[in-house]
Amino acid sequence: MIHRSTPLRRAGGYFVLILLALLALFPLALVAINSVKTSAEVEMNPLSFPTHFYLQNFQVAWDYGHFGTGFVNSLVLTATTVLVVLFCASLAGYVLAGKKIRAWPVVTVYFMVAVTIPIQLFLFPLYFVFARLNLVGNVIAVGFVIAAINLPLSIFLMRTFFLKIPAEIEEAAVVDGAGIVQLLRSVVLPIVSPGLLTVGVIVGLFAWNEYLITSTFLQTQGSYTATLGYLSMNGTFSTDQGAMMAGAMILIVPIVVIFISVQRYFVEGFVSGSVKG
Amino acid sequence: MVIEASEEALSGTVGGVKRPRLFRREFKYHLLVAPAVLLSAMVVLVPGILTAVAAFTDWNGISLNPNWIGFANFTDILSDPVFQTALEDNLKWALMFATIPVAVALAAAFLLLHRPKTRTLFQVVFLIPYVLAAITNAILWLNIIYNPVTGLWGYLETHGIVGASPLSDVNSALYAVAAVDMWHFWGFLTVIYLAALRQTPPDQLEAAVVEGANGRQLFRHVYLPNLGPTLMLMFVMIMIFSFLSFDYIYLLTGGGPAHASEVLSTYAYTFAFSSYEFGKAAAVGIIMSVFGLVCAVFYVFLSRRELAA
Repeated sequence: MIHRSTPLRRAGGYFVLILLALLALFPLALVAINSVKTSAEVEMNPLSFPTHFYLQNFQVAWDYGHFGTGFVNSLVLTATTVLVVLFCASLAGYVLAGKKIRAWPVVTVYFMVAVTIPIQLFLFPLYFVFARLNLVGNVIAVGFVIAAINLPLSIFLMRTFFLKIPAEIEEAAVVDGAGIVQLLRSVVLPIVSPGLLTVGVIVGLFAWNEYLITSTFLQTQGSYTATLGYLSMNGTFSTDQGAMMAGAMILIVPIVVIFISVQRYFVEGFVSGSVKG
Repeated sequence: MVIEASEEALSGTVGGVKRPRLFRREFKYHLLVAPAVLLSAMVVLVPGILTAVAAFTDWNGISLNPNWIGFANFTDILSDPVFQTALEDNLKWALMFATIPVAVALAAAFLLLHRPKTRTLFQVVFLIPYVLAAITNAILWLNIIYNPVTGLWGYLETHGIVGASPLSDVNSALYAVAAVDMWHFWGFLTVIYLAALRQTPPDQLEAAVVEGANGRQLFRHVYLPNLGPTLMLMFVMIMIFSFLSFDYIYLLTGGGPAHASEVLSTYAYTFAFSSYEFGKAAAVGIIMSVFGLVCAVFYVFLSRRELAA
């Protein structure tokens, strides 16, 4: 671009980038080729290409990994978390961006500190309360917990989106006699809808991938998420590597497809909270 | 919005006369912020305070009448060699993550900066391990890479190329786990650094080029100063995550073998859910939070300018 780069240096740069891409993809490629091999073939040589497609692995993995209920539970969990986060974080982000309450610095610093709080600080009493209230195994209740954990990040992301709204737009709506609900619903929230989508996408990803909270609170087969079902398969089924790799493929493919199709929002979500200018 | 805020601050100082009106005006905004604050208070704040209380008891997680035992949990933990191992492992973890993925990601980000056409493709590929679940990544590495019988490592071992699986060796277990977590993490850093580099003001670049700056000088005097705040924020984030790190360690080794890869979070978790010593687990949680709090101070400090906006 700006500085002069020789073709040789440019090729060297591409060489490094391709090497890094191979590093990222190599373990996943191993999963892919071994997911259609018999366990004996995997054991013989995990690097060999499949000679035929042993698709039975996928049937075995689907049944033993309880993916049928797992995907339903993961969807319920993720939907709960995303809806709760979007509702709470957009309202709070609006108030904090506009400094509309005098206590805004207190609330802001509280949520900033909450980013650094280890889950182990509140997990044990929370588990106790969940057990007393018979909520262990309740996917929706766990969705609320994961929402609470993702709130700080989401509030700050929403806040930056609200900050971009010119003050005149809001003032004009107020002059026109819009109440607070009307102002939010028909003026402010539509403007920040890209922000809602971005926050929804990354919080959805975090909820779908969550491990510590879900594995603690969802301990019965009926309440397993897709990833927990796969984890349970590892304990009882790790001798059949073909099926294990097929199970991994069942988890990898949907996420990669969704990620690639809306990667712009993922990247925006990752970046907007982390880049300082 | 700024005008309104200063007006409110002003009327606040006027005192008693205007206060009721101000409260009414603020009331609806308090309602808006309430769901977030209440949810966080119920899940994080109140249980967090209970943990701080439980750390001074012999609570087993079941009984309703735990006994006060003062600082006994803390003195027990501080004299436990496993705690020292865990703390050291957290420090090693922080050191590894503050250097290796940062260096790789910086190099990748600079290479992508001057390749606008292939940039998106590489970004997507680098991010794929980052968007996959910890369970998926850990179990696939456990099975197809590190497994001494069916994995790549076992295959290379039978051909005499490598030694025993690094996960089962007390000297290498922590690094073998960190390798998987770094494999999953570095792409994220690359994307962050690249985004920050792309925000480098074009006029500064042009001026430097006009002055005849070479590639290295551009890096030193233009890109790096602009990247500074992002590098700093990511450093603080890495420190925070390093002291909270749990998923990959617990999934790959459970803190073993012989506590060789134990970190504070797995140490606390094992107290709570394996030996039902919730009081001790709470005490470890408090110790972890102190590290978190130190990081939080830096985090708030780094964001102060942005918050004032």
